[in-house]
Amino acid sequence: MSPAITDLVYLLAAVLFIFGLKGLTHPRTAVRGNLLGALGMLVAVVVTLLAQGIDYTLIVIGLVIGSAIGAILALKIRMTAMPQLVALFNGFGGGASVLVAGAYLVVRPDSAADILVATAASGLIGAVTFSGSLIAWAKLEELKAIRDVRFTGQQALNAALFLVCLGLGFLLVTQPASANLCYWGMVAVALALGVFLVISIGGADMPVVIALLNSYSGLAAAATGFVLSNNVLIISGSLVGASGIILTRIMCAAMNRSLANVMFGTLQPSGDGASADDVYATVKSTSPEEVAMLLEVASRVVIVPGYGMAVAQAQHSVSELAKLLQARQVRVEFGIHPVAGRMPGHMNVLLAEADVPYDSLKEMDEINSEMEQVDVAIVLGANDVVNPVARTDPNSPIAGMPIINVDQARTVIVIKRSLSPGFAGIPNPLFAADNTLMLFGDGRRMVTDIINALKEAS
Amino acid sequence: MTFLPTLLAAADVGGAASGGHSLSTLITGITIFVLSIFVGFEIITKIPPTLHTPLMSGSNAISGITLIGALLAAGTGQASLARTLGCLAVILATVNVVGGFLVTHRMLEMFRKKD
Repeated sequence: MSPAITDLVYLLAAVLFIFGLKGLTHPRTAVRGNLLGALGMLVAVVVTLLAQGIDYTLIVIGLVIGSAIGAILALKIRMTAMPQLVALFNGFGGGASVLVAGAYLVVRPDSAADILVATAASGLIGAVTFSGSLIAWAKLEELKAIRDVRFTGQQALNAALFLVCLGLGFLLVTQPASANLCYWGMVAVALALGVFLVISIGGADMPVVIALLNSYSGLAAAATGFVLSNNVLIISGSLVGASGIILTRIMCAAMNRSLANVMFGTLQPSGDGASADDVYATVKSTSPEEVAMLLEVASRVVIVPGYGMAVAQAQHSVSELAKLLQARQVRVEFGIHPVAGRMPGHMNVLLAEADVPYDSLKEMDEINSEMEQVDVAIVLGANDVVNPVARTDPNSPIAGMPIINVDQARTVIVIKRSLSPGFAGIPNPLFAADNTLMLFGDGRRMVTDIINALKEAS
Repeated sequence: MTFLPTLLAAADVGGAASGGHSLSTLITGITIFVLSIFVGFEIITKIPPTLHTPLMSGSNAISGITLIGALLAAGTGQASLARTLGCLAVILATVNVVGGFLVTHRMLEMFRKKD
C-alpha cells in the first residue's frame, strides 16, 4: 500500500479518535464513542500491517500475548479496583513508548538532531510514566512493601535525577557514536525518577497523580510520533495529553492546592488546631433503627459517598437503600465530590455499577445550592471532603478546599468505623455538630441494617 | 512540561544539521501537536465529571497508538535487537489498547443500562 494512502487512513483513525472522545460527552453516546475509538485503532493497526516487507512472526506473538493479558485484566477487574488498573495501563503505554523509541535508535543512531531529541523525550517521559505508574499501582493495591516514603533531600534528589536525564539526553543528541548507551542510561535514571516522584504521594492525592500520569502517557506517545514522523501518534498523543492536563487541573482545584503542592508538598496538620478530644466532646452516636425512623419522615435525602464506600464494597447496599426510599416517594440524590475516591469519577463508576441512575448523581456545586432543603444527609466513608473547617479555619491544612456542605442539612448521619481522622490528619467538627449523629460500624453492614429496619417498620 | 521548549530548540539544531526538509517536517509535526492539544481541550472540557473514569481509561487506550510504532519496529526492524524491543513494545501497547477499550466498554455499559 502506498505511503500516501497509509497516511490518509491514519488521518481517518485520528478523526475516529476525536469523534470517540466527543461521544464521551454524554452517557447516552459514550458506548458508541468508545467503539469509534476502538475502530480507529483497528483501522490504524490493519493499515500498518499492510505495509511492504513486514515479517509477521514477532508481531503475531506480541499481539496474542498482549491481547490475552489485556482482556483478562479488563474483564476480571472489580470496579472498586479501577484506579489500579488505569494506573497499570498508563504504565504499559509509557513503557511501550520507551521501547519503540529505543528500537528506532538501534537502527538509526545517526538520525537528524530533532529526531534524536524526540527519542530522548520519548524515553524520558515514557520511563517516568512507566515506573511512576507501577508505584501508583502498588500504592493503590496497598502492597505492604510500598509505604509513603519521605526523606530529607528528596526534592533535591529528584532535581538531580532530572538534570542527569537531561544531560544524558544532550549527549544522546550530540554523540551519535554512544547514542544507544546514553539512551538506556537515561531511561534507567528516568525510571528511578518516576519511582521517587510518586512514592512520597499519599492515598487521597492519587486522583491527581493518576491524571498526571495519564497526561504523560499521551505526551510520550506524541514524542514517539515525532521519532517516527507519524502524525496519528502526534494527534492521539496530544489529545490524551490535553485530557490528562485538564483532569489534573480539575482535581487540584477541587482540593484548593497547586500541582506543585500535591507533588512535592506535605499536608502539615497545624499545631494550633483544636485537639481531637476537645472537638469530639459532644459526639452523639446512633443506631440503624433510629436512622430508619429519621428516613421514614424525610422527604429529601442526600448521600455523600467517599473512598470508604469503595473499601467497604457498600455501593450495592447504598443503591438498594436509595431505591427503597424512592419507592416511598423520598427524593434521593448523591452528592459527589470531585476528589472522592482514588481517581476522577471513581464514585460515579461504582454507583453506576450498582444501578444508580446517573441523573441522580449531583456535582458538588449543584447539591450545595440545595443543601438547606435536605432533611437527611448521609455521609458514607467520606471525611475531609465534608469537613466544615475548610470554610471556617484559614489556618487549617484544608483551608479553602471546596467541600460538600452537609452540615447545612437538617440532620447529618455519618457512617464511619471510628472517629479516626481522614487523609489531612485533622479532626472533623462535623462529627460533633448539634445536627449530626454518628453511626459507627462497617459501611455495608450499617446500610444493610438500616434497610432491614426500614422494612420491618413498615 | 519541558517537552515543547525542548522540541522548539531542536528545530534549530535539526534544521542546521540536515537542511530544510527535516525542519519543515518538524514544523508540520509541531503544528499538528499544538492544534491537537487545542482540539483536546475543547472536547474534553465538555465531558461531565460522571464520565471522568471512563474518559481516563478510554483516552489511555488511545494513547496505546504507540502500537503502530511497535508493529513497525517488530516487523521491519533491521536488527534483531530492534525487533525484540519492538516485540516487547507490541505486548505492552496491546495490553494498553485491548485492556483499555474493553474495560471502558464494561464501565460505559453500566452507565447506559439505566437510560
